[in-house]
Amino acid sequence: MYHIISIRDFERKDLDYLLDRAEEFETGRYPPGLLEGKLVALLFFEPSTRTRMSFAAALARLGGQSISLDSVEASSIVKGETLADTIRVVSGYVDAIVLRHPREGAARLATEFASVPVINAGDGAGQHPSQTLLDLYTIRKSMPLDGINVGLLGDLRYGRTAHSLALALSLYGVTLHTIAPGGLEMPVNITLKLRERGVEVVEHASVEEVIRELDVLYVTRIQRERFPDTASYYNVASSYRITTQLLEGVRDNLMILHPLPRAGEIDPAVDRTPYARYFEQARNGVPVRMALLHEVMR
Amino acid sequence: MSKKDTARGLLVSPIRNGTVIDHITAGEALNVLRILGITGSTTECLSIATNVESRRLGKKDIVKIENRELRKEEVDRIALLAPQARINIIRDYQVVEKKGVEIPRILKGVVRCPNPGCITNTNEPVESTFEVLDKGLHCLYCDWLIKDDIANHII
Ligand SMILES: Nc1ncnc2c1ncn2[C@@H]1O[C@H](COP(=O)(O)OP(=O)(O)OP(=O)(O)O)[C@@H](O)[C@H]1O
Ligand SMILES: [Mg+2]
Ligand SMILES: [Zn+2]
Repeated sequence: MYHIISIRDFERKDLDYLLDRAEEFETGRYPPGLLEGKLVALLFFEPSTRTRMSFAAALARLGGQSISLDSVEASSIVKGETLADTIRVVSGYVDAIVLRHPREGAARLATEFASVPVINAGDGAGQHPSQTLLDLYTIRKSMPLDGINVGLLGDLRYGRTAHSLALALSLYGVTLHTIAPGGLEMPVNITLKLRERGVEVVEHASVEEVIRELDVLYVTRIQRERFPDTASYYNVASSYRITTQLLEGVRDNLMILHPLPRAGEIDPAVDRTPYARYFEQARNGVPVRMALLHEVMR
Repeated sequence: MSKKDTARGLLVSPIRNGTVIDHITAGEALNVLRILGITGSTTECLSIATNVESRRLGKKDIVKIENRELRKEEVDRIALLAPQARINIIRDYQVVEKKGVEIPRILKGVVRCPNPGCITNTNEPVESTFEVLDKGLHCLYCDWLIKDDIANHII
């Protein structure tokens, strides 16, 4: 049985294959009703609008149907029943399970009790492979992934999307530029792993310093909870904000991405520049998730 | 009993049947007992010697357990704390078998994941599972890496 749990489980050829499939789905090169008669459980034990809606949309586009758990049911299950039991029971109802859970490793656990494929839609601070795939997909639509310069900006310590994207990009010989506030730098074990894989990782003190060299700038949220007080948060957040002035002299092909939702990291004025690609990125969630759903149920 | 032992004298009285864990890293004897699940309330008859002079290790600990022959997976847990330990199986006062310890590739239910958010730290019916790597122990559920102080995480 094929599960999709962590981006670490994929080799480059697997990623390329899934990205090719997503492209076929986006460009309409697929027979109608591919997943007709298939039923998928969307088990979201944690709030999420985008991920959940884009999985539902992807499934509907393929002719499949979903049943889901609303957050009230989710919380009563969380209290009374183990995830293992929920998974065993729900496995009997559906053809695949899409799981979002607040605990790291929940999706891995689910695969041990499921009799149907499991797709991880985010487990706590852990893995969120469909996000990474759609990030890669968005970049690859504009440029080949090999050898590009990618800037990672924001909370690189706790930001799981940045970690998985960096690990996935390491399969493509990119150069990574990290720009993070003090205390929110990328964990050493991740930079070590990236360097082990032959990636050049360059740390920068400010985004101005490097933005003109970049092909991709991946911005992540800086969370208020990480700071002792609101003042120090605003102080840091404002010095990492992307504005139109910052974009003077950047490469024509620069793409600014963000997993969304954004807080104040990107000035809305940037939305009108050709560099702003985050809404397109969100839209790409649908073909990427179509590819994943089809892959696990084919 | 071997001649040599008689000559040097055993620190504790000899056992007829059981296991002697010799050459334990000095100071780790109690942790070794802990990971074997031997606590004050178990019925095994044991003797423990710590910080004994040893030609090979400088100092070492020794644990002797009467009437119990250790199973393979028990032996392997010991390797985490005392990679040089040697297991001697004693039958009728004689050492009948002597084996080294080997760190297993996967540790199940041996170490608790230090990540409070890890799914293995809940009431789910799973055991913690770590993969043993050169750089440390890697949680197969949440990807956490335990680099040192392994004894403190042993369940
Ligand atoms: N009947 C016994 N009761 C208790 N302890 C014993 C008994 N026989 C041997 N031992 C202990 O078991 C250990 C191994 O005994 P052995 O005679 O093989 O010693 P050795 O040649 O020094 O072995 P090694 O090379 O492993 O140190 C020693 O620590 C010894 O004191
Ligand atoms: Mg000896
Ligand atoms: Zn863990």
